[in-house]
Amino acid sequence: MIMEIYKEHILDLYKNPKNKKILNNFNSEFSKNNPLCGDTMKIQLLIQKDRIKDISFTGDGCAISQASASLLTDKIKNMPIKQVKNLTKEDVLELLRIPISYARLNCALLPLDTIKGALENVGN
Amino acid sequence: MKNKFKKDFPIFKNLPKLVYLDSAATSQRPKIVVDALKNFYEKENANIHRGIYTLSEDATKNYELVRKKIANFINSNADEIIFTKNATEGFNLLANTIKELISKDKNEIVLTDMEHHSNLLPWQNFAKKYKFKLKFIPLTKNYELDYDKAKELINKKTAMISFTFVSNVLGTINDAQKLISLANTQKAMTIIDASQAIQHFKINVKKLNCDFLVFSSHKMMGPTGVGVLYGKKKLLEKMPPFLVGGGTIDSVDYENAVYLDPPRKFEAGTQNFADVIALGNSIDYLKQIGFDKIQKHESELFEYALEKMQKIKDIKIYNPGKNKSAPVISFNLQDIHPHDIAHILNDYNIAIRAGHHCCMPLIKKLGILGTCKVSGVCRASLSIYNTKEDINKLITALKKTQEIFGK
Repeated sequence: MIMEIYKEHILDLYKNPKNKKILNNFNSEFSKNNPLCGDTMKIQLLIQKDRIKDISFTGDGCAISQASASLLTDKIKNMPIKQVKNLTKEDVLELLRIPISYARLNCALLPLDTIKGALENVGN
Repeated sequence: MKNKFKKDFPIFKNLPKLVYLDSAATSQRPKIVVDALKNFYEKENANIHRGIYTLSEDATKNYELVRKKIANFINSNADEIIFTKNATEGFNLLANTIKELISKDKNEIVLTDMEHHSNLLPWQNFAKKYKFKLKFIPLTKNYELDYDKAKELINKKTAMISFTFVSNVLGTINDAQKLISLANTQKAMTIIDASQAIQHFKINVKKLNCDFLVFSSHKMMGPTGVGVLYGKKKLLEKMPPFLVGGGTIDSVDYENAVYLDPPRKFEAGTQNFADVIALGNSIDYLKQIGFDKIQKHESELFEYALEKMQKIKDIKIYNPGKNKSAPVISFNLQDIHPHDIAHILNDYNIAIRAGHHCCMPLIKKLGILGTCKVSGVCRASLSIYNTKEDINKLITALKKTQEIFGK
């Protein structure tokens, strides 16, 4: 129920998300909408030597999407892009450590989808 | 306040804890509508307008009887009622067939800032296809239409105005009569989206003198899968059919077809007769209660809810206030995302809608008009089966949400 999803660690990340900023130095960015709620997330990436050197996200969203973006951006910093491309829904859910209902899956996965979009967008 | 209507709706017997505050998305159905479906499939099922046998003739009679019931319900003639699959199809039908009715000197369409995507996208396509210009009547700070601006926007180039009677987000009841008279002075056609109005108050198309009116069954306690398009007969006669096929024709040869008169030329293929017939029962139900009682109950609840909600700290309500609104209240709790609010409310068995409500341009506009950042809003919408207890539970849960988020 409530306490299962709105756990302290999720609310903390929502209030104080990591990597929520604008990068001055980046070589790819990508925005994606969640048409269900109208939220937009923007990811900026600095890729050097096939690794995520720096990453940020911006945009308003619900606690789940913000916590997911915070956790995910933290996890993939310094990760080889090949490895990032292989991240799955299960990886995101493992990071969140909360039960996600069908309707909220879009919120939880918006950051990963946007990051993958940014990776395809490199150099564009 | 004892609720006399709730017992008529089986869902509340099966889910006694349910606090259903999403009737603007779809209403619940009374037992007589659910029973009508079962009864039809078990005892009366046959295709309409096809068979020469009794079962098919009776099904046809019952289907056509509902057409008459709807005509009577909105004060039109039966041959001015077209069944569609939903309100959206009604607008698409119009946008695909109305061009024939527009004189050459007209190339503008006037909509409003509060239209549902269903009454926006078909006209966007129309405007692109025929190089028409779309114009939008803006809102005032009190979430009403700006009628002075409407007067400026509707001019001799206006081919038609298409507007919602009641906003699905703001609850605002628009002054349809005023907009229609503005359109009439410029010889512009008038189209009303009554999807959020038909269940709340009496609509009289003759008195309104609108050219077209669109609504759907599932928001007025009828089954899903049925919409209604009303059109003035003299206009429907001049319009080409939208979808074509079986049931629409008088005669066909390999090269050409002669179509039937309206409404049948607009009802192609096997129709959703079982649901149409059950819609007849929802109309019986609404008429049996009467709009005076429905309005009394709904406005009492609405005013109670509005008063209680206004007292919540940091709430932003997007509604023009009592006597100007249907029982629909959209709101935000400062900085808490609507999805999070709806999610927590769900844990209290409270169903509300959260998001952009198929009104993305309007929600963006609210961000400008309102004081909080808006990527969506929460909406509580009421119907006759709601109670003050439902509202009290909503208030408690909203306060709990603020607690969880440490506000």
